[in-house]
Amino acid sequence: MAINPKKHEMPSQDPLVRAHNFDEVALGYTEELALAEATRCLNCKNQPCIAGCPVNVNIPGFISKIKEKDFEGAYQVIAETSSLPAVCGRVCPQETQCEAKCTLGIKFEPVGIGRLERYVSDLHNAKTEEKPVRPASNGHKVAIVGSGPSGLTCAGDLAKKGYAVTVFEALHTAGGVLVYGIPEFRLPKAIVAREVDGLKDLGVDIQTNVIIGKTLTVDELFEMGYEAVFIGSGAGLPNFMNIPGESYKGVYSANEYLTRSNLMKAYLDNPHTPIMKGGKVAVVGGGNVAMDAARTALRLGAEHVYIVYRRSMEELPARAEEVEHAIEEGIDFKLLNNPIEILGYNNPDDPRDPKNGFVTGMKCIRMELGEPDASGRRRPVPVEGSEFVLDVDAAIIAIGTSPNPLIKSTTEGLEVNRKGGIVINEDGLTSREGVYAGGDAVTGAATVISAMGAGKVAAAAIDEYLSAK
Amino acid sequence: MYKIIHKKVLRPTVTQLEIEAPLVARKAKPGQFIILRVDADGERIPLTIAGTNQEEGTVKIIFQIVGATTEALNHKEEGDYLQDFVGPLGRPTETEGIKKVCIVGGGVGCAIAWPVAQEFHRLGADVTSIIGFRNKDLLILEDEFRECSDKLIVMTDDGSYARQGNVTVPLKEMLAAGETFDMIITIGPLIMMKFVTLTAKEFNAPITVSMSPIMVDGTGMCGGCRLTLNKPEGKVMKFACVDGPDFNGYEVDFDEAISRSRIYFDYERKAHEETCNLFKQAENA
Repeated sequence: MAINPKKHEMPSQDPLVRAHNFDEVALGYTEELALAEATRCLNCKNQPCIAGCPVNVNIPGFISKIKEKDFEGAYQVIAETSSLPAVCGRVCPQETQCEAKCTLGIKFEPVGIGRLERYVSDLHNAKTEEKPVRPASNGHKVAIVGSGPSGLTCAGDLAKKGYAVTVFEALHTAGGVLVYGIPEFRLPKAIVAREVDGLKDLGVDIQTNVIIGKTLTVDELFEMGYEAVFIGSGAGLPNFMNIPGESYKGVYSANEYLTRSNLMKAYLDNPHTPIMKGGKVAVVGGGNVAMDAARTALRLGAEHVYIVYRRSMEELPARAEEVEHAIEEGIDFKLLNNPIEILGYNNPDDPRDPKNGFVTGMKCIRMELGEPDASGRRRPVPVEGSEFVLDVDAAIIAIGTSPNPLIKSTTEGLEVNRKGGIVINEDGLTSREGVYAGGDAVTGAATVISAMGAGKVAAAAIDEYLSAK
Repeated sequence: MYKIIHKKVLRPTVTQLEIEAPLVARKAKPGQFIILRVDADGERIPLTIAGTNQEEGTVKIIFQIVGATTEALNHKEEGDYLQDFVGPLGRPTETEGIKKVCIVGGGVGCAIAWPVAQEFHRLGADVTSIIGFRNKDLLILEDEFRECSDKLIVMTDDGSYARQGNVTVPLKEMLAAGETFDMIITIGPLIMMKFVTLTAKEFNAPITVSMSPIMVDGTGMCGGCRLTLNKPEGKVMKFACVDGPDFNGYEVDFDEAISRSRIYFDYERKAHEETCNLFKQAENA
């Protein structure tokens, strides 16, 4: 039988309907579609896809199980190396990782690995009721700072080995970026909560409302009897553009906008946390966070949403699927444009005019691509005299984040790089004995899966360190 | 969950709570704040720490009922629990090298100014306190301030108690008479802090202001609390939650801060009315 050159499409909500609700966009494969897609895997000898995965999931192994209709077996293969399969199947940029390496992809579209991972994880989660067996305690205590993807992964791996693990979370809900950043329509919060509950079943103690660097310091954790500490505190601080007008009302960092909507649930009908809804919205940036913010704005009732990005479609760093979904939903891509000023209302005759200080527009300049820069991407250069004004009521800045300095400033001897990222060796060890780190706190804003990979590496190193003690 | 150990109604619209939060109590220093949520799905609101009790492991907060969340908070009684309580946040007030200080508090801001005055008093500094209120009904902490101040001046806007006028009047008199301070520290409504700063500026007197902008997480993540400082090298953006809440008054762009503080003004007024109606319905039922 000839191989289908294209990936089987994943059913999804109609774009015109989903643009006005927060339900999940993609609906997932049916059994029939999963089986059909699994047959596209050549089970090639080289298995390049495994190397493309930051946590080295045995991809041909789990797909073979799907072919045999052993879906639970397939899940178990993934679970050997991945802690959050239902999350990764949804948010990994497969097209630059496993699927980019797929042998089938040389000639045709690669195997829909992410879609298959999602299918078996959802099936497992829907069917499995039994709680995991708590491993026997090995008597060692480890503290994890932050309950995002790296922290949860590190906690899970150590708990399975019998460590007494406590996770300290600064916010009131565990999950880190998975709950405050990624919206419900892309990653339902019930999935995150299930993963967190799974860790609790393994014996992991999760302490919310504790800010390491404020409520407790890393040194105090050691005094409390923790023998190793993993810092997975994320890249907390939002970057702004440093252009005039960024303090007008209606200018949000993507962090603030998404946190208000996701964590604080402004997206629900009766929220207690306000957010500006409706009107015209411009989102600055081209990553996943920008796509999330733009699509959230649309769902909150914006009449028109722009993505303003200084490079072209080709350089957009967001997952391909998110860009496709955003286009289908009617997000207006203003590519090769760069904001130079945010404009606000100012009534010179009435300083008490309630409209004063609110955003009225975004002044942009057109860009063209020049020579490649340090990142290898062609550098955007402004086209002189091409300024124009986008008429908008809100602007969301999604141009990246920097590591939070709270831990650095309260932990003596913890080395950080020029950008504030914690310096680690290949085992995730920092400049302080017993202190490990990973995820965005080390790299600056990156992906969920790379943070998970870092959590795994550190968990293995912590195990080795404490076993030898 | 965080238990309310003591509740004291200071004034019809001003309440003091002591919350069981031993980790926060152990670390809290004057000038720092906490963030709380009253109920699940509630709003996160920042409130400055008004004191701690190390033996009981409690943190004292004093708040004025201004919106839906403070209204709900005021309906909690001793023995009830708050959903979330996290801190201490922000940097403590700088006390080093300050031997003579003038604390200028306005309204419920006096609750924040009080532990700062106490701290300077404890450190042996000469403390002058000026506390101002709209009227007699809103007056709080007069005796408490008297205990930790070498000199106390009470003002009311309408003259219904003590001296009539706003807090800048006695400050200006003192500075004009040649009085000097190592630092003036002002805590209160933005508009008051703006004018206290302008008064200090006339006499080249150093001044610290305590900012309390709208914020979500309080750890530097949302950037909602950003404000602009006019530094010699140009405009600089700072986050009040991690870089503050105290700033050099000369540098703060008050007009921008005042504008930003009113982003959700209409929304908050409506939410407060709705909450009041809910409580009224519950009481009438």
